[in-house]
Amino acid sequence: MDGLIWISLLSAAVSAGTPLLLAALGELLCERVGVLNLGVEGMMLVGAVSGFLTAVATGSVAAGVLAAILAGGMLAAVHAFISVTLGANQIISGLALTLFGTGVSSYLGKHAIGVPLPVAVEVFPIPVLSAIPVLGDILFRKDPLVYLSYLLVPALWFWIFRTRYGLNLRAVGESPDTADTLGINVIATRHAYVIAGGMLAGLGGAYLSMVYTPCWIENMTAGRGWIAVALVIFAVWSPPRAMLGAYLFGGIDVLGFRIQTLGIMVPSFFLKMLPYIFTIAVLVVFTAYTSRRHALGPSALGKPYERE
Amino acid sequence: MIRLEKRTSTSMAYQVFSPVFSILCAFAFGAVFLRVSGFDPVDVYVRMLTGAFGDLYGWAETLVKAIPIMLCALGVSVAFRMLLWNIGAEGQLYMGAFGASWVALSLPEAPAVILLPLMVAAGMAAGALWALVAAIPRAFLRVNEIITTLMLNYVAIYWVEYLIYGPFRDPSAYNFPLSVPFAGAARLPVIGDTRIHAGIFFAILAAALLVFVLGKTRWGYEMKVLGDSPEVGRYAGINVRLHIVVALCMSGALAGLAGMSEVSAIAGRLQHGLSPGYGYTAIIVACLARLNPWGIIIVSILFGGLLVGGYSAQFIGVPAAAVNMLQGAMLFFVLVAEFLGRYRLSLGGSAVEEVG
Amino acid sequence: MDSPIVEMRDILKRFPGVVANDRVHFELCAGEVHALLGENGAGKSTLMNILSGFYRADAGEISVRGKPVNIRSPGNAIALGIGMIHQQFRLIPTFTVTENIVLGLSKLAFSLDIRAMEADVGRFSRSSGLTIDPRALIWQLSVGELQRVEILKVLYRGVDILIMDEPTAVLTPQEVKELFHVTRAMAESGKTVVFITHRLEEVMEIADRITVLRGGRNVATLRRSETSIRELAVMMVGKALPPDTAFPPAEAGDIVLELENIEAGGDRGQKALDGLSLSVRAGEIVGIAGVAGNGQRELAEVIARLRSVSRGTIRVCGKDITNREPLCAIEAGVSYIPEDRFGTGLAGELSVEENLILKEYRHAPLGRGFLIDWKKAAARALELVEQFHVKTPSLGAPANSLSGGNAQRLLLARETAARPKLIIAAQPSRGLDVRATEAVRTILDSQRRVGAAVLLISGDLDEIMKLSDRVAVIFEGRIMGIRGRDRLDMEAIGLMMGGLGESHDQA
Repeated sequence: MDGLIWISLLSAAVSAGTPLLLAALGELLCERVGVLNLGVEGMMLVGAVSGFLTAVATGSVAAGVLAAILAGGMLAAVHAFISVTLGANQIISGLALTLFGTGVSSYLGKHAIGVPLPVAVEVFPIPVLSAIPVLGDILFRKDPLVYLSYLLVPALWFWIFRTRYGLNLRAVGESPDTADTLGINVIATRHAYVIAGGMLAGLGGAYLSMVYTPCWIENMTAGRGWIAVALVIFAVWSPPRAMLGAYLFGGIDVLGFRIQTLGIMVPSFFLKMLPYIFTIAVLVVFTAYTSRRHALGPSALGKPYERE
Repeated sequence: MIRLEKRTSTSMAYQVFSPVFSILCAFAFGAVFLRVSGFDPVDVYVRMLTGAFGDLYGWAETLVKAIPIMLCALGVSVAFRMLLWNIGAEGQLYMGAFGASWVALSLPEAPAVILLPLMVAAGMAAGALWALVAAIPRAFLRVNEIITTLMLNYVAIYWVEYLIYGPFRDPSAYNFPLSVPFAGAARLPVIGDTRIHAGIFFAILAAALLVFVLGKTRWGYEMKVLGDSPEVGRYAGINVRLHIVVALCMSGALAGLAGMSEVSAIAGRLQHGLSPGYGYTAIIVACLARLNPWGIIIVSILFGGLLVGGYSAQFIGVPAAAVNMLQGAMLFFVLVAEFLGRYRLSLGGSAVEEVG
Repeated sequence: MDSPIVEMRDILKRFPGVVANDRVHFELCAGEVHALLGENGAGKSTLMNILSGFYRADAGEISVRGKPVNIRSPGNAIALGIGMIHQQFRLIPTFTVTENIVLGLSKLAFSLDIRAMEADVGRFSRSSGLTIDPRALIWQLSVGELQRVEILKVLYRGVDILIMDEPTAVLTPQEVKELFHVTRAMAESGKTVVFITHRLEEVMEIADRITVLRGGRNVATLRRSETSIRELAVMMVGKALPPDTAFPPAEAGDIVLELENIEAGGDRGQKALDGLSLSVRAGEIVGIAGVAGNGQRELAEVIARLRSVSRGTIRVCGKDITNREPLCAIEAGVSYIPEDRFGTGLAGELSVEENLILKEYRHAPLGRGFLIDWKKAAARALELVEQFHVKTPSLGAPANSLSGGNAQRLLLARETAARPKLIIAAQPSRGLDVRATEAVRTILDSQRRVGAAVLLISGDLDEIMKLSDRVAVIFEGRIMGIRGRDRLDMEAIGLMMGGLGESHDQA
């Protein structure tokens, strides 16, 4: 039945898009405050490995999630120190983070390869909502982490656009010197959001290793962190659009797997290339057709702040 | 009164201080990590040192590993000088390997004197073209090259996988991911008994050429201007777009050359796992050497040693990933060193004598 | 006289190489308009930056309302009721007026009720006599409106001692009158206003009392009624004013620059140039007067070929360079001294020498084939540095280590050494001290003498009047009118700057 296949595809898209969404939301916060974080990939990986190892050791999913968040946050703290406090080149710092984080995760994960996860993350269909035809099946028969991501989107939107702290956040990202003269602590604000961004990336990584494919494989993020960075541009730094984009990319990801089951014979390697080619295409088209202001994001993005 | 004052320019001493400091700090940091993981850092480091530099064989292997790093890093440095963040050296390397393999497999009867230059050309062209895919959107549409070059890495690797499992597959290899092996004529000559191959001459030649272009030519001067301020370059009439495309393509070509040399001299066929991340290592090397071509050659040898030493350390159970961690840590410390280099301790006021 | 509301005693402030405030005293009485007068570099801005918390003094005491205070940050100052409005506005372009005014207020609730805040700001702006649309986006506002937002920002925070740094520099004569009106109203309602300026006529019009600074030291403090413009001028400069150094006119030759009906867009998609026509001859200086934001920058960029035109033609010495690339303009003999010295004109990290050859490296003797002869380059650089008195520790020092005045000299050296036919000078003496400013003006004049055509774009009306053979007023991307040196009439020019008065009077 055609309908069932579509529902299954869309539901899979949501699941596949969730780690992207979490990482993108984190990166969004980071960039909104003016700091470019190219270490998302590394943070996701340390989150994935920390969460997995902790869950295996303690038998508790919650402990694993907590560990992942902490791991991502700690790595982000290093990036914050180097980019914000020291004012160093944010691009190199982020790259260093990715390389280091990838290395650390492989190092720590040596003992986790082939180990099964002792606890499973349960799927909780939400009463009433999951009974809605079509939408209920796609959105509300998921695990708690996905529901958390649902809540994060409006919560972050509200935070950024409707609270005084969100105003401060945007001010720091647009014009740190103005924010500084008005008494806003630019350095502290930037540190806070960079670390928060890392925590979300770690959470995204944990989702991969504990829910999506419950196991640990070296480099299991396969570039998702980078796709999340591209997604933030595509989302114009806005949480709801990031959600849309994440599910779209998630869909492309799972499409690859599904196309063969639909009887279309394409060599599997090309299907694997699909998300990456798609990312490039979207980025090029988007950048070409948006106004400069839109495409470049917060005005102070990427520039270290130095008080005169 | 002692204060922290900003420097106005970087001295020679700092240029050497920076990489040395970064490497030492990274090793110190690595020692902590090793200790916590139950290893004896001194033992591990000694093993690595002797494995890489202890005997002739070690040295040879170190150089072998250093060659692709040198080529990729020189390429990366060209792009970085222009503030073009080419993260795609890895993919460009693989495409270079593909280009060279295609020529080698298409002309199995050709003599080396024709085949090798063709393979070099094909490897460089393939790498350059792969970089072009990211260069054009960057030059004309201001599309962020960091993401595009990185995405292309994944595409290139899958492309090579496809070839190895598909059209280029060696039917006699029992479904192992290996291409048909190259004829002898397609193999780069080596020095004596070692695996050190002609690639080292390519690298040295490339470094020398780079020094010349940067120091003496108009093009090099224009690159310098653009690397400081693209706006100023535009204002001065420099063709910014052309520079962007050429720099990225040159970068890709050198990485492609690395791929060609790996596939021709070392592997002898197109195969899985041609590169243990040379393209990424190259970025660290370029930054550590502060984009200086001869510095890159030296630091590449160090990193080649790091890789070879890492293999030795694996014998006592240290995971290969430890080397990656160390490399990443070094990059962090490069940034710290840069910060330290921007300031100095000053005692009292400064007298500046003036010209003019 | 009542006891002063603010007292600053023995204020000492040093920067590398200069003492900006040398044991300065300053007193403010409540409810007065006090002018702080001095030339560029006299120390007025520094002193007020200390009072408003942006700088910390190296020594000295400050009392506010009789109590000694230690002002460590702008926030401290605002808590004491002291707020400063700088020359460079500190506003966030993508935010609304309300968001800018409300940002950082401690009394803000967690959750923002935007409509209520906008209504409140709207009410406040009306009652203060500084009406503005609370929902407008900052990047859409005119300069005069931006200033109003800045003033509202400090008033909203309960500031009753306002400091304004050269507020009239960016206004039309009509807007200046409006500002004075608002200032008087504020003083009458009990607020205290400090006006930092170097413009003598304005001081005599608006101030109750005047403090004159020179070279970082006090010269005098007097009531307006006790002094005159002449006396103030002497105190400001330290000796009798030299006879107005009006550069004598030179012979105007052939037309060098010809702009016909230029239309071009700005960075925000608006129409920056809207049917602009202008011509400049060899040996003459044409000054472009106008309030910032009326197309001056775009005009310069269009000629230097950093911006494309959608309509019209640009001709240099008869050669059509419309929409060609920048190199074409350079080869046609166009030199551009941009407003943005280090962003557009000089490469900060590159050495003095490397910056100096930026115009000449393509041809002999510096350029041979595809190589550069660095020996000759060094010699040439040395020659220029000496000729233009650029103070630098060495030819290899990075350009960004130079002071503002020397950087400008460097820029001028490079641009004029190439024997240009047309020089576009945008805000050439902005931020420079008296000596550097004189040097700049002398260089431009001497270029005129050797037959170059000069297009001078400046926000300083005095400078335009002093240097130009003809003055053209730009408003909303068009030339409203052109007056020759003998027909200069402040009133008419002011009207044109504000958009009224004659138009399309091409000379």
